[in-house]
Amino acid sequence: MVHTDLIKDPHVLTGKLHWGVIPFTDPVVAPVMFAAIFIGIALVLFVTYKKLWGYLWSEWFTSVDHKKIGIMYCIAALVMLVRGFSDAILMRTHQALSTSDSFGAGYLPPEHYDQIFTAHGVIMIFFVATPLMIGIMNVVMPLQIGARDVAFPFLNSLSFYLFLVGALLVNISLFVGEFAAVGWLAYTPLSGIEYSPGVGVDYWIWALQISGIGTTLTAVNFIATILKMRAPGMTLMKMPVFTWTTFCANVIALIIFPILTIAILQLTLDRYLDFNFFTNDDGGNQMMWVNLVWAWGHPEVYFLVLPAFGMISEVTATFSRKKLFGYVSLVWATVVIMILSFLVWLHHFFTMGSGASVNAFFGIMTMIIGIPTGVKLYNWIFTMYKGRVELTASMWWVIAMLITFTIGGMTGVMLSIPANDFVLHNSMFVPAHFHNVIIGGAVYGYFAGFTYWFPKATGAKLNETLGKWSVALWFFGYFFAWVPLYYTGFDGMTRRLQYIDNPDWQLSMYVALIGVALIAAGVAIQVFNIGWTLYKRNDPEYRDETGDPWDAHTLEWYTTSPPQFYNFGQVPVINDRDPLLDMKQKDAAYKRPEKYERIHMPKNTWAGPVLGLLTLPMGFGFIWHIWWMVIVSITAIFACWMKLSFERDKDYYVEVPEVEDLEDKFLKSNENRSYYFEKNAKYYKKWKPTKRTDG
Amino acid sequence: MTELTNDHDIHDDHHHHEAETADRYMFGFWLYVITDCLLFSTLFATYAVMSQSFANGVTPHELFNLKFVAVETALLLLSSFTFGMAMLGANNSNMAKMKLWLMITAVLGLGFLSMELYEFVHFSHEGAIPQTSGYWTAFYSLVATHGIHVTIGLIWMLILSIHFKRDGFSNENRIRLSCLSLFWHFLDIIWICVFSFVYLRGAM
Amino acid sequence: MSSSETGHGGQAHGSVKEYVTGLILSIVLTIIPFYLVMSGVGSDTLTVVAIVVAAVAQVLVQMVFFLHMNGSSEQTWVTTSAIYTIFIVLFILIGSMWIFEHLNHNMLMGH
Repeated sequence: MVHTDLIKDPHVLTGKLHWGVIPFTDPVVAPVMFAAIFIGIALVLFVTYKKLWGYLWSEWFTSVDHKKIGIMYCIAALVMLVRGFSDAILMRTHQALSTSDSFGAGYLPPEHYDQIFTAHGVIMIFFVATPLMIGIMNVVMPLQIGARDVAFPFLNSLSFYLFLVGALLVNISLFVGEFAAVGWLAYTPLSGIEYSPGVGVDYWIWALQISGIGTTLTAVNFIATILKMRAPGMTLMKMPVFTWTTFCANVIALIIFPILTIAILQLTLDRYLDFNFFTNDDGGNQMMWVNLVWAWGHPEVYFLVLPAFGMISEVTATFSRKKLFGYVSLVWATVVIMILSFLVWLHHFFTMGSGASVNAFFGIMTMIIGIPTGVKLYNWIFTMYKGRVELTASMWWVIAMLITFTIGGMTGVMLSIPANDFVLHNSMFVPAHFHNVIIGGAVYGYFAGFTYWFPKATGAKLNETLGKWSVALWFFGYFFAWVPLYYTGFDGMTRRLQYIDNPDWQLSMYVALIGVALIAAGVAIQVFNIGWTLYKRNDPEYRDETGDPWDAHTLEWYTTSPPQFYNFGQVPVINDRDPLLDMKQKDAAYKRPEKYERIHMPKNTWAGPVLGLLTLPMGFGFIWHIWWMVIVSITAIFACWMKLSFERDKDYYVEVPEVEDLEDKFLKSNENRSYYFEKNAKYYKKWKPTKRTDG
Repeated sequence: MTELTNDHDIHDDHHHHEAETADRYMFGFWLYVITDCLLFSTLFATYAVMSQSFANGVTPHELFNLKFVAVETALLLLSSFTFGMAMLGANNSNMAKMKLWLMITAVLGLGFLSMELYEFVHFSHEGAIPQTSGYWTAFYSLVATHGIHVTIGLIWMLILSIHFKRDGFSNENRIRLSCLSLFWHFLDIIWICVFSFVYLRGAM
Repeated sequence: MSSSETGHGGQAHGSVKEYVTGLILSIVLTIIPFYLVMSGVGSDTLTVVAIVVAAVAQVLVQMVFFLHMNGSSEQTWVTTSAIYTIFIVLFILIGSMWIFEHLNHNMLMGH
């Protein structure tokens, strides 16, 4: 890899760029680069040939429709999943080979290996988990609360493009220069200019800074949407659980992302202007970086996992054919986590040396936060208990989650004991633990939700058989991949090893390699499943005509699949915690109202993509010290913002005849269907409407 | 906003819609202010942790001039009050009154900014630049972040005056003015923490 | 059009009297800590306590008289979110200071 020849005096026009930073000769990167360029050109030619640019621009890129933005988030997340997962395969194969006699020290040089584990962590957290979750929230949450769009549709579009720019910068770093080689949280002083003089850390800085601002804006948007735009009658304690968890997760994001913004800004000032925040000398304090980054980082994992809990709750209730057990306790558990998650961050650096009293406090708080999480597990188990559990693919994900996440939670309690942590800190046990909770808790939850809401977003149900295969492969693959690493962690293997000199760990590395191969098969089946389902989307077996393929309980299923751009012909009045079930039981669902009213909608805008994508040259200019590019981009951003600010005519009305026409078509396709509770009348007598104690 | 007919029903609908929009936007801006509050909290936390990291450089005790800071504080506090007066003018749809008070606010804000810049130049001549030590790094980044916010507030006032010139007291402009008012008062609140915990504490 | 009495975002509009009261209280709460530090009359502990109390009081004064926060039902979410934010900010500020005080003590980086 290009590495040391990066340091040179920046040129006025090209900054630190020169031909040497492009890895033409690297045997691993160059083929990937040429393949990526080839695919990119092929894609552009295809779109041009099919004359799709106009359609894409007006229907997708400039869209402020939350459902379309959500779908774009999910597509980007899945592409990045493939990228991040390739990094995982590289690491596992490298470590398997680096313990073997016949292969010696593996095949990746240290500086390349270091970039791979850094990129893997950054991509999986910021550019896979976060966008997949925000994508699903975007599609589902406004529908669940009966809103026509989010509170600030333009801001939603802008957030998406800021995220996209972050993802693009990470990918550009693969081909132009290098990525950070300092671990996903870029601990100082290693990430300072003294020890990381190249542009790798700068890529890390600007990718995270730009996408992080996008996440902050999303949090503002979703909180305002949930608090200000619910359907009439939907009090807080009648909100669906997924909306509740979305709300709490975004409150966390609203609070923590500014901390990350400032921490990264401080690192930026250290690197660009020789400030002394985190330097070794002149009164800098490296541990302050660790402190700030974990004050963001620990709540961040709750930001990622809470919505997954919400998805699990919706899927479990629907497919157990019961109302959710202990709704109130689940909501309160979520709210408690929203507060307690800010009191545990030091458990990531027990070994720093703050002493017994500090460590004891944070250790105990960490154990306490396990309690509300445990409450939730019982909620889901008791929801299934005595239910008519229907084992669909999304339910398989739920069960995989319950088992895997519980084990991950238990290893977390082990780590929360400071004395244990001193033994296990920085060992392979730690990655094994957090993969256990993030894959087992968050990712399986997202996939359950993804499978469950896929027909709502696209109008076609995913193939169940393929779906179950991918669950099985992920589930067993996970344990193959990580149980051996728990063992090697106990045995003293540290994280991020490029070279392994202990032959005892060889078998473990091979087993882990089998595991990653199984997961790879699972990912391949998922990707194929999506393509296949979209290909077959008009086939009766796949197509969803009713808008409610699972016979579910909540409002998002009260409209077409995919929903009309205005979501609901008429927003219903909510009387129950499970509003759609309530309406179905009263035979009030899917009925034509006496009259429709015209609907007020925001217009699409050029400003999201233009303003958002202008941050790409800005970030790139900062990374490569091309100052004219920075100045031009910032000026252009300001000019575009002003143009937007002085624009009129930002919204319009959908007139009644158009609404009538679309709604009549839908109601016709939904006629004459039977409901689960009709088929199981005897069983459903046990159901009681929600107690109306909450006003 | 789409121009609407004078039909009574639609007018009501329009009115309700405007109030709802204003409520939503103001709340959204309030959420933004919370994120800004967290930005400053992080800077304050850094300042607190680094408050003794002088690295044998010059200390704040030697440099801080509290009389100077008191004048700065007076300017910003007064500007918060004059912005309130401008809001009262806007509430009565009194364009002249609002403009006059906003102008006074801007002048006070500019005065504050000039004093801050003068102070920075003075400190740097005394050997206190951000690169001097952890303490001055934390000091400059905290105080300058506040100063940059004040600058943004002043630019915003300028842009808003163009908006008002074009559309008068439209619903959108009222929302904009209310947001700026919240922003400006918020900056004054941050300054209270700056003069108390940075200047007064540092001068002791 | 929107010249009705109710304000935007649940924020009540102020009156001249309210703003003047706020200004006077703020001036008093600014002068006290400045006087204490500049004259050096009190002990260090007393001065620090006075600075903290005056700062907190003045922040509250400005929230009530300039931002017109009064805890009324239209402002439920503004008030709730403000209280939540204050708590989290205190967690982070006091937590960081506590952690680093102990760290400096244990690592003999004291002053």
